[in-house]
Amino acid sequence: MKLTVRQSGSALRILLTGELDHHAARGAFAEVSRVLDDYMPRNCILDLSGVPFMDSSGLALILRTKRLLDECGGTLHIEGPRRQPEKVLSAAGLGRVVEIGSTDQEVIQ
Amino acid sequence: MKKENYIRLEFPSKSVNEAFARAAAACFAAQTDPTLEELSDIKTAVSEAVTNAIVHAYPDRIGKICLKAAVLTDNSVEIVIRDWGRGIEDVARAREPMYTTGGEDRSGMGFTIMESFMDELRVRSAPGKGTTVTMRRKITPRNPKLG
Repeated sequence: MKLTVRQSGSALRILLTGELDHHAARGAFAEVSRVLDDYMPRNCILDLSGVPFMDSSGLALILRTKRLLDECGGTLHIEGPRRQPEKVLSAAGLGRVVEIGSTDQEVIQ
Repeated sequence: MKKENYIRLEFPSKSVNEAFARAAAACFAAQTDPTLEELSDIKTAVSEAVTNAIVHAYPDRIGKICLKAAVLTDNSVEIVIRDWGRGIEDVARAREPMYTTGGEDRSGMGFTIMESFMDELRVRSAPGKGTTVTMRRKITPRNPKLG
């Protein structure tokens, strides 16, 4: 799994690329955690547009990332999920705890 | 229900095999002429069941996992994931959303996803003996055979 980090306004965008399963998620979370330590963002966007497949391991990664941001008063937004990951997010009801699908612009405002 | 075709795969509980297992199940299921969404649902459910076996059945060793897939005469796909690991003490509790014994790495949503992506889910388990997860998904025929 590849991570690409880009600062956009007050938000830090982390683009994930690759399949997000249990095999990939552990390494990916360690990377996300390191990025959050380095940049200490107030708002973070996890961009899933490069993730063609995700299972519940991806849900755990999102929830752990949210917890890290919550601890420092930050926010997490999920953006760009493709159809299969979107269906997993929706089946788990993740929209109730994390904002999904907001645009970069909305986060900055 | 009679089997029209089947495969049986056996692999060690290494996480690198998760992608292989779901891809193999999807390749086999493709003969039922599923939509991309149906295929992707089967892939997701297989990924969950195989991950459960890797994480929960064999938490501190590498064990054997068997994946069986069959096409049944009603054009449904049956997937069976079996392990010979630790087993589940309380299956009903394990199937509850958000319940996990896997720590922060797990969301506790695996069975919920299997249930919502497949038509049927059966879990049989005996502590110390292993777990068998059986799932079925009916594939709606898109191009009915003529005659």
